[in-house]
Amino acid sequence: MIRVVLPAHLRTLARIDGEIRLDIAGPVTQRSVLDALEASYPVLRGTIRDHDSGPRRAFIRFFACEQDLSHEPPDALLPGPVAVGTEPYLIVGAMAGG
Amino acid sequence: MTGVRVLAGTRKGAFILTSDGGRDRWEVSGPHFAGWEIYHVKGSPADPDRLFASQSSGWSGQVIQRSDDGGQTWVPVGNQFAYDGTPGTHQWYDGTPHPWEFERVWHLEPSLDDPDTVWAGVEDAGLFRSRDGGQSWQEMPALRGHKSGPSWQPGAGGMCLHTILLDQSAPGRMFAAISAAGAFRSDDDGQSWRPINRGLQSEGIPDPDAEVGHCVHRLAMHPERPGVLFMQKHWDVMRSDDAGESWREVSGNLPTDFGFPIDVHAHEPDTVYVVPITSDAEHFPPEGKLRVYRSRTGGDDWEPLTRGLPQEHCYVNVLRDAMAVDTMDSCGVYFGTTGGQVYASANAGDTWAPIVRDLPAVLSVEVQTLS
Repeated sequence: MIRVVLPAHLRTLARIDGEIRLDIAGPVTQRSVLDALEASYPVLRGTIRDHDSGPRRAFIRFFACEQDLSHEPPDALLPGPVAVGTEPYLIVGAMAGG
Repeated sequence: MTGVRVLAGTRKGAFILTSDGGRDRWEVSGPHFAGWEIYHVKGSPADPDRLFASQSSGWSGQVIQRSDDGGQTWVPVGNQFAYDGTPGTHQWYDGTPHPWEFERVWHLEPSLDDPDTVWAGVEDAGLFRSRDGGQSWQEMPALRGHKSGPSWQPGAGGMCLHTILLDQSAPGRMFAAISAAGAFRSDDDGQSWRPINRGLQSEGIPDPDAEVGHCVHRLAMHPERPGVLFMQKHWDVMRSDDAGESWREVSGNLPTDFGFPIDVHAHEPDTVYVVPITSDAEHFPPEGKLRVYRSRTGGDDWEPLTRGLPQEHCYVNVLRDAMAVDTMDSCGVYFGTTGGQVYASANAGDTWAPIVRDLPAVLSVEVQTLS
């Protein structure tokens, strides 16, 4: 079970409260987490990364286990605590833009 | 219900303002999509309960929302705006080639007769169409693909396709305007396009007959006299009597001919409204007086409309998509300001009153006349 935390404006858009929990078969990577997230919440397509598994949007950042993962390759394995659900994967709106 | 529904898009959400035919008492609903920029909200002429909204943010990009109950509830629909083929380049501000990149939807124009069809004008300038109620979008590539496309440059607000006019009298005829490329016309439902900028003169363009490169801010047309077009250009208010084949200046006695919106009275095709703004460097009304100017002669002769509008210390702007008219017997005129006011006149501009005073900066105003 993977735990995902969205920024407030995307929680509103997807009409969810609190964390999202996703089941992922196979390697737990940023790509597989985002694929599963978008499959469960199609309205999020294009709001975190460009459509069709494109790059991260400029003002969106990814964090987990006190690490900034925003520039990690999308197919790199996420930290173990994220893969087993003890730590959440954080999708954060960068503090820019007013 | 007989009345009006004003759809206001703002920097931080959408607001829906409703009133009966008297238009003196209003109910305010919103913010819808709080915190997001709402560039435009518009209802379908074919089904007034169907509304489309362009919702965007610098963080999370573009979302399109649709309502099928007059704005009470909303559903996100398709948000993928992919340019047709290899997008190529246009000119950047410094004259260098710059890749075409989708930024946002500026304007949504629902079909006159099909509630599932809606057009979208986007930045970087392109025209898209949905025929399934906004679920999917296809570019109409002939406009961006016009041979002049690689020479188009953005205006100060970006290279946006901000105006789409559909001509109910001539099936397939439509107009579009792009800052800072100019005005364009299609006679085949968007399959092909040509520039219609003859007669426009723009400071900084050395060629007086330049086909494109003009910073058109807004076009307006009376639906029952579609051959006559009005234009608020960066500088100059213009008129065409031949569906854009040629233009002449009708700024006349305006205190300044810079501005953004322009609109036409619902029942008087020669009654036109503009909001003069001091200059492109000073985006506020001259002398701090917010004045709508009305011409009853199709241009040239203009009168200031001031009753109910602030006549001192007013330094707001009125953006290009932020004026609309209703079709009640006594034509209502509406506009929103960057200071968050939405003003209404139920008597064609003779007197004004604010519907709301303290919204976020208003980006767009549309009105639906409900029967």
